[in-house]
Amino acid sequence: MSRLTPENVEVAKEIIARYPRPKSALIPLLHLAQEQDGYVADDAMEHLAELVGITPAEVLGTCSFYEMFKREPVGKYMINVCTNISCQLLGGEELLHHAEKTLGIRPGGTTDDGLFTLEDVECIAACTEAPCLQVNYRYKYKLDNADFDAMIEDLRTTNKDNIPPHGTLAEQRQHIPADKLAGIGSPEDTTTPEWFSKRLPVEEPKEENA
Amino acid sequence: MTTAEPTEAVTGVPFTLNGTELVAEEGELLIDACDRNGVHIPRFCYHNRMKPVGMCRMCLVEVDTGRGKALQPSCMLPVTPEMKVETESEATKKAQDGVLELLLANHPLDCPVCDKGGECPLQDNAYAFGPGETRFVEEKRHFKKPIPISDLVKLDRERCILCDRCTRFASDVAGDPLIHFIDRGSQTQVNTFPDHPFSSYFSGNTVQICPVGALTAEPYRFKARPWDLEAVESTATVDSTGARVVLQSSQNEIVRVLGVDSDAVNWSWLSDKERFSYEATAKGDRIEQPLVKNEETGMLEATRWNNAAKKVGAALRVEPDRIAAVGGARMPLEGQYAWAKLLKGVVGTDHVDAQLDDGLPGPLVLGLPRATINDACKPGGVVVTIGADLKEELPTLFLRLRHAVVEDGVKLIELTSTATHLSDFATVRFDVTPGSVGQFATAIAKQAGADLDFDVADESGLVEAQADKVAAAAALLDGSVPVTIIVGRGNLAESPRFTSDAVGIFRRLNDDFQFMPALRRGNINGALEMGLVPGFTPGGVQRESAQLDTWPDVPDFDGMDTKEIFRAAAEGRIDTLLLLAANPLQDFLDEDLVRRALANVKTVIAVDGISTETTDLADVVLPAALFGEVDGTFVNLEGRLSPLRAKVTPPSQARPDWMIPAELAIVLGVELGFTTIDELHSELSEVLPSFADIDWDTLGSSDDGPVLKLNRSWNIEFGKPAAAPPATSAFRLVATRKLWDQGTMVQESPSLASLPSEAAIHLNPDDIERHGFVGDSVTVRIGDQTHTIPLTSDVRVNPTTASIPVCLPGFDARTLITGRSTTAVEIRPNGTT
Ligand code: SF4
Ligand code: FES
Ligand code: FES
Repeated sequence: MSRLTPENVEVAKEIIARYPRPKSALIPLLHLAQEQDGYVADDAMEHLAELVGITPAEVLGTCSFYEMFKREPVGKYMINVCTNISCQLLGGEELLHHAEKTLGIRPGGTTDDGLFTLEDVECIAACTEAPCLQVNYRYKYKLDNADFDAMIEDLRTTNKDNIPPHGTLAEQRQHIPADKLAGIGSPEDTTTPEWFSKRLPVEEPKEENA
Repeated sequence: MTTAEPTEAVTGVPFTLNGTELVAEEGELLIDACDRNGVHIPRFCYHNRMKPVGMCRMCLVEVDTGRGKALQPSCMLPVTPEMKVETESEATKKAQDGVLELLLANHPLDCPVCDKGGECPLQDNAYAFGPGETRFVEEKRHFKKPIPISDLVKLDRERCILCDRCTRFASDVAGDPLIHFIDRGSQTQVNTFPDHPFSSYFSGNTVQICPVGALTAEPYRFKARPWDLEAVESTATVDSTGARVVLQSSQNEIVRVLGVDSDAVNWSWLSDKERFSYEATAKGDRIEQPLVKNEETGMLEATRWNNAAKKVGAALRVEPDRIAAVGGARMPLEGQYAWAKLLKGVVGTDHVDAQLDDGLPGPLVLGLPRATINDACKPGGVVVTIGADLKEELPTLFLRLRHAVVEDGVKLIELTSTATHLSDFATVRFDVTPGSVGQFATAIAKQAGADLDFDVADESGLVEAQADKVAAAAALLDGSVPVTIIVGRGNLAESPRFTSDAVGIFRRLNDDFQFMPALRRGNINGALEMGLVPGFTPGGVQRESAQLDTWPDVPDFDGMDTKEIFRAAAEGRIDTLLLLAANPLQDFLDEDLVRRALANVKTVIAVDGISTETTDLADVVLPAALFGEVDGTFVNLEGRLSPLRAKVTPPSQARPDWMIPAELAIVLGVELGFTTIDELHSELSEVLPSFADIDWDTLGSSDDGPVLKLNRSWNIEFGKPAAAPPATSAFRLVATRKLWDQGTMVQESPSLASLPSEAAIHLNPDDIERHGFVGDSVTVRIGDQTHTIPLTSDVRVNPTTASIPVCLPGFDARTLITGRSTTAVEIRPNGTT
């Protein structure tokens, strides 16, 4: 729906400067656009095309190659239920059906309140913890139906794990000064983060939730 | 032409093909080496004019490089020494079978209703190499049936086999990457970005190279079946590149034009204008009968040839000095010669000009040593462009040059009036404001060591500010590598004097530099060569030195050019004005002058194939046959002579151009000396040394056509260049041409007529910001007139200049052109005066 905000254009310029050719910055810029809107809007793709000097068709070609760039609005929380073999054997399909019933949507759909999008996915490399799912790519392991309902309830209310909205790449970004690009210098030389994701209040990193 | 003739490379890489020992060229791809030796390997994605991608796997063959046999895509594999190749082995056949079965898994069985049916590589390969049966019983993938991806091209994604030819063409050859693979896996499809159509000047090429029926061109869809088509090879006449084409007709109507892979000229590519403007001949508002104005009603009425010819004959019996002719660049060479002979040799007038004051001085063009396209594009050389964006004026030449610069490392120096579609690849690009190109040339030539007896006149400091670029350009022009200077008319609001000055200085810098005139009008080079230019007779011979045994006479005065002719006509000094397929009301920069001229001439005679606003005002209109309706020849900007062939019959009473003057001569009591085109050809070979050895019958049938030796023995004297105009607070005007415009061929082709965009004034974004122009239009003042003109921000426009295309719908940019050596306009925010 929207082009990059002026602040994000500044971010984009900084990202572009890290690459020998502007168009090499396309993937990180697509992430930036998705972070801004929760998905990659058509206008954003046109804007990126202008910023890196290629055509919108080329941006779309790259963007559409990657499943995880969404080109339609999705819910604030994207729930990916694994239905591949290990999870399937341990109830993944049933979990998915339960999710469909609970949320009232089919895979690919989004709840009317715009909070949840449901997807079924292939193996997400957590077979030992089957059945499992991801919420905005954060793992939830060994769920039964009750766990699922509790998770949804929590996401609707307190969001105790502080899961950022769909598209958020990181809670804070590192600013790398120009002379420290491309791996020059040690990490200590990088300055404190100067700017942060525009979507989230910054909070202390939580304990890992295993 | 590149045909698969088995030839043997002398030195190179030895390899074995199906048991036969052969030699490949160094670095040659296996598929090419096989082609050259008469072994055809099936393919879909490989195209000999594009980089290989190995996308379709149809070309798999069994190759042993000493490590055992393996299947390899022959389009991606350069031949290496002692390689053993099997194109007929079991494994190869099985691979071909498998690839085809998989390709067909998702391909619809559309063939009976598909335009490609009958000439489809997928059909052919499936038949010759495929399994014949499918084991695939699942549902095929489905997409919405054809979607328009531009005004001219439709895409059926179900038929697409994802060979990447169209998309590679768009990005690598045309530089218009507006189509792309979208999505992934079984959903992969070719498509555009929403609302960004594939509006490339070259879109039709993708239709020609698509190996299936996925891409179809609107003008040809469902018009004919390939087996019903008749075809003949000819030459495109819409611009002076002279691209080689095949004309295909069905039921006496041309229905399709395809590009021919001429190695010397167009490499099989065409612009959409070359490809689709044939529509104008079949669908345009054709003049089918001679017309004569009824003195009482003032209306044009159909009459017989005899009557019309008599009327013209009478009008040609006045003092030669009171007869003038304008136009003729559209005609085949034969028509041009016949008209030149009638006008100059029989009637005796020298007021004959094929250019409409929008080209370059005839003597300049005729006097320069010419480069061929292959000379200009040879790796290692340098090309200097003076003039326009070739993409707009000579698009097929643009493709060749783009390839040379982008792929083959030819160095480009741009002295153009605005940035072009090649500027990103130019080694040196100057910001040349109107009127300063001669000074830049002087600065470069001096730095490169030319002995010039004058200095750079650079009061505005423009040249000085680009001293680094001058040095860089001078280094490239030091004479160590071949240099081609492509020179055209980049700015109609600037006198061509500045361009000739620049050419002259480069001439003086180095005698070996070669030139290419980038004039846009079709057979303009033929017209100049045939003497449709004041002061010359055929063969580029100056009038005084003409020796034409077969001519009754030559004019005894030096004639006027088009602009002077119209002025003289407006003042009543011309009685008879012939317009040879010219539409000056549309095409000449001063429309008002043309109106006054037409009003003050006793007899206006228009010879044309299509009725225009100008023919409507004529006293006599003679119907001429058009492209595809007559045999003849064409001289392109290299001086290459190539054939024009008839495929359909002219409508009703329209005649080949050369016959018309021949008939008029008889009315005047003279014979032109030829009653057939063969006789005309013999005369050309007899009187013109450059045509002496032409074999007219086989012309261009087995090669790219001979390049005429046009280099003149006489030398043009070049002096000191005109000073550049002083700096001004106003904007200097650059008036350009666009490919899609209001010209007759575009407007009379139904599929093309809507393509021109509205005229707008283009300014550099920095200028727009600096002057605070807001909104989408500005007020432009010239003299005491003000105009409100749409505004476009355009990085290609140099600072302090304003660019506007002429001949577009909407604002008529000709009204801004003063006819002074350069034109300055004041531009204010809209609403102010
Ligand atoms: S549309 Fe035709 S040319 Fe383009 S990728 Fe598909 S099959 Fe190839
Ligand atoms: S199968 Fe579900 S995580 Fe591997
Ligand atoms: S022709 Fe070689 S892979 Fe397509």
